[in-house]
Formats: sequence, structure tokens, C-alpha cells
Amino acid sequence: MADVKKIATRESYGNALVECGKEFPNLVVLDADLAGATKTGVFLKAFPERHIDCGIAECNMTGIAAGLATCGKIPFISSFAMFAAGRNFEQVRNSIGYPHLNVKIGATHAGITVGEDGATHQCNEDVALMRTIPGMTVIVPADDIEAKAAVRAAIEMDGPVYLRFGRAAVPVINDTPDYKFEIGKGTVVKDGTDLTIIANGICVDSAIGAAELLAKDGINARVVNMATVKPLDEELVIKCAEETGKIVTVEEHSVIGGLGSAVAECVAENKPVKVQKIGVYDRFGESGSAAALVKAFKLDAEGVYEQIKAKM
Amino acid sequence: MNKLELQKMANQVRKGIVAAVHGAKAGHPGGSLSAADMFTYLYFEEMNIDPKNPKDPNRDRFVLSKGHTAPGLYSALANRGYFPVEDLPTLRHLGSYLQGHPCMQETPGVDMSSGSLGQGISAAVGMALAAKMDEKDYRVYTLLGDGEIQEGQVWEAAMFAGARNLDNLVVIVDNNGLQIDGKIEDVCSPYPIDKKFEAFNFHVVCINGNDFDEIAAGLKEARETKGAPTAIIMKTTKGKGVSFMENNVGWHGKAPNDEEYAIAVADLEKIDKELEGK
Repeated sequence: MADVKKIATRESYGNALVECGKEFPNLVVLDADLAGATKTGVFLKAFPERHIDCGIAECNMTGIAAGLATCGKIPFISSFAMFAAGRNFEQVRNSIGYPHLNVKIGATHAGITVGEDGATHQCNEDVALMRTIPGMTVIVPADDIEAKAAVRAAIEMDGPVYLRFGRAAVPVINDTPDYKFEIGKGTVVKDGTDLTIIANGICVDSAIGAAELLAKDGINARVVNMATVKPLDEELVIKCAEETGKIVTVEEHSVIGGLGSAVAECVAENKPVKVQKIGVYDRFGESGSAAALVKAFKLDAEGVYEQIKAKM
Repeated sequence: MNKLELQKMANQVRKGIVAAVHGAKAGHPGGSLSAADMFTYLYFEEMNIDPKNPKDPNRDRFVLSKGHTAPGLYSALANRGYFPVEDLPTLRHLGSYLQGHPCMQETPGVDMSSGSLGQGISAAVGMALAAKMDEKDYRVYTLLGDGEIQEGQVWEAAMFAGARNLDNLVVIVDNNGLQIDGKIEDVCSPYPIDKKFEAFNFHVVCINGNDFDEIAAGLKEARETKGAPTAIIMKTTKGKGVSFMENNVGWHGKAPNDEEYAIAVADLEKIDKELEGK
């Protein structure tokens, strides 16, 4: 397992923008003084005339993107999730969401794996915020392959999309020949019959690891990668509830309002089963290395396994 | 249009404003009336637009950053032929395409949804930037309230526009001196407005915004200014044209009742008569 390829999805974001840049001449990328960190620097290098650094002014960046979109551009605004979704919430809602403009939000450094910067920069609320905006698509890719595919899919659809990327390198798990990304469709990563673990982002890898540990205890868990939180693949969620009963959600996000809430809302209305929401429990993050935080917040494979076992 | 024709049209626009707000039983007449002459000049003289082709990619754009004065924009658009003037009183009614604040998906001729203060100017900057990127020669106009410029985002946008030399952008500030809570200098003074925009690398023109000669001269100066965006700071009278609304902060966001509406219409008809006599 030592040679598993690891790459941060923010790297994938920058690379995907470069890959799509040639094909989509209207693609423009905006930054707020974080092009180095959001990894859009590679786009700046490849297409300097289509990269706009707005300075440290995220709200204005969002409005500029809205104006560019009304003139036929496909703008990606890039910043940390805290600023792209948090500071910016009302600008995203009113200047992008309400007029349903074709702006894509590339939010990097989401969740606790921002690491050492600590709580002020660790956004565990962005999915909840973005999910409530009518017409907003919300995608949390799990790895390099999915992140790149999601960027392309976002470009190919008309309308606002929130893409959530991470700072820390994560294993590539979707490098299978039959992998296909489709907005609004979850994928069964591992089949199982006793319960379903639905995860996204960096937690898909943890969910797979937790399922392996559960298997040793004779528990056959299904694992679903639910990259799109909105629109949620309700058909798949209901199918899992029907076939395996209990559902466990795992996300690097508050258990309030994110993937867990979306799944719980869906089963509560359609096929009530017990839902265990694993994530960040109504608290702020703190400084530490990404790996140490993931372990401390029990979002690694062992932590997820322990949490599932504790509620069985 | 000559000056007299513009004055007559502005009075029609004002009639549309009070009819809309009266029909809505809500809305913002004060700041709509103060800017009515600017709305009129922009839509009847200044901008390269075609009501029959409101989405023309090469058209000039207008963003009403002070979106609460939608009645002023709607009345100008209706009088210009984008939609029937008779529809103005449906303003703010359930199901109407004339929303309380501008909605680009609902209303023909509205280039950007706006109303949350401070945001429209950023969108206008984005439009001006798009024109530069595409080497197109359309121009972008945005109208802000003098209270609105208390929003920090306005200055983020101004900094960017000045730094990028967006000389196809005209930022107009309606300096009617009043905001909801009172005089702007008493609430949180934004003065000196001209010096602030100068500091953000704007070419600044100060005019009387209720005088068509000065409006025309100001916008001409903006067109001729190269290498910098222009800010037009226009002194206006809030509630202009309706006797009891003029310089009265109480009419910032209140609709006239039937009796008051009759007085407003009489005021504006009197202006019509005066203009006919010229």
C-alpha cells in the first residue's frame, strides 16, 4: 500500500482548469491573492490573459465573476472555502444564485485538513451554506480523478456550481477503468448488505478503510461515494436504505447541514432508517497537522470504524 | 433629444415612478425621483441600446447598484419601450415581472439582478472587464446611492476598477444626501465622496444631477476620459418633482396613499404644463 498515489484535490483543480482552458476559450479564473495556494497559478501561467487576480477582496471577486458571466464568460472564482462560501455567502446568493449565473466556485482548503492555520481558516460549514441556495450544485470530490472530472462537468453544465477541494494530499481511489463521473450520481465503491457508509471528499478513503475493518468483525458494509451533495442521488440513497437498513454518513464537515443532513432528510421522507452522522460535531477546528487532526477528529479509517462500532 | 424633450420625458418617468409605487403600496420613491433625470438621459440619449434586442451582446450595460430605486429604472425602461407603461403599477405584486428589486431573469432590459447594496458595482466592473478582455467597445454604467457607498464592497470594486484602468466604466453616485436613518453625514458620513474616488484612481466629475446640461456634459467627459474609470458625483434632490416628497427622508421607502398620489400627479402635471409653455 506504500506506493498509493496521493495528490491534493486543490492540485487537481488547477490542473483541470489548464486542461480545459484550451477547449473552452470563455473559461476565466479569478483569485483573491491566493493563486499559489488554490493552485490556479498553473492556469495563470498557461493563460495569463484569462486569469484575474482581484486582490484580497473576495466579495468583489464574486461580483466581478457575476458581471463576467452575464457577458458570456465561464468564471471560476477561487479562494479558501472559508472565504468563498463563508465571507461571501450573501454575494454568492444574491449576485450568482438569484440570477442563476454561470459562475463556478472553486473552494479549496475546506474542512479541518487546512491544518496548522487553525479554526479561523477551517471551514466546516460551507456545504451547509451552499446547499441552501436555490439552483446551486454542490460537489465534494474524493480524489484527483474525481476532482478533475468534476471541474469538467461543472464547465459543461450551465449554472452555478460549488466545488469543494482540500489542501492535503489524498490517495487516488477512482483510478479504475470503469470510473465515470456524473453530477448528481453517487457511486457504489464497495458492495455490502449490513449497512451503507455514504461519504464524500477525503472521507471516502476513510470509509473504505472502515469497511475493511468492519469486515474483520463479520460486518459487510456497503460504501457509497456521494460526491454530489446537491442534487442528491436520492434514488441511490433510498435503494441503500431499503437494501441495507442503517446508513452511516462520513464527511469532513459539520454534522449540521452537510452530506449527513442531506441523506437524513432524504431517508426521513422516503424510507426511514437509522442514520449515524459522522463528521465535525458542532465545534470549531484547531491547529495541527492535517493527519493529526483527521485522527483527532476520528475521521480516519480507525476513527470511523470506532464510531460505527460504538453505535451498533 | 433636446433638453426640453428630455425634461418632458423625465417628467413621464417620474409619473411612472409614483404610479408604480402607488400601485405597489410600497417601494422607494425618493431615490427613484432624485435619479429620474439620469435614468432618462441614460436610456434616451447616452446608452447604445435597443429595446427590441435587449440581449444584444454589444449593447451598453446598466447596473442599478442601488436596486431599491427599481421604480426609476422600470419607468425609464417602460417609457423607452421595453414593456408597457401600463404594467408599472403591478410593481411588487405577486406574480409581477416587476420585482421589488431588479431581477434580470424577469424584466426585459435589466442587465443585472441587484438590490443588496454594494454588490451591483462589482458586477458592473465585471462587465467592463469582459468588454476589455473581448476588445469590445460597449460601455458600462452603474448607479449607486450615497448611503450605499458606506458598504465596503463598493471600495473593493473601486480599487479594482481604478487599478485596471477601466475607462469603459462610469460609476454614478446619486448624492441626494439622505438615507433611511437620516442625513448621510449624520449617520456615517461618506464625504468627501469626490476625493475618495480620486484616491481610487477615478476621473471624477461633480454635477447637478437634476440638470440635463450638466448630465450631458458629465457623461461626455466620461466618454472622453481614457485610461481611468469615471465617477460622476451628482447632487440631486431626493423626491424631486413631488412637492411633499422633496428633501423629506420619510419618503425614502414609503408609498403615497390615494390622496397623496393625487397631489403627486397634480404636481407632475403642473410641471408638464410649464414645459408645454416653453
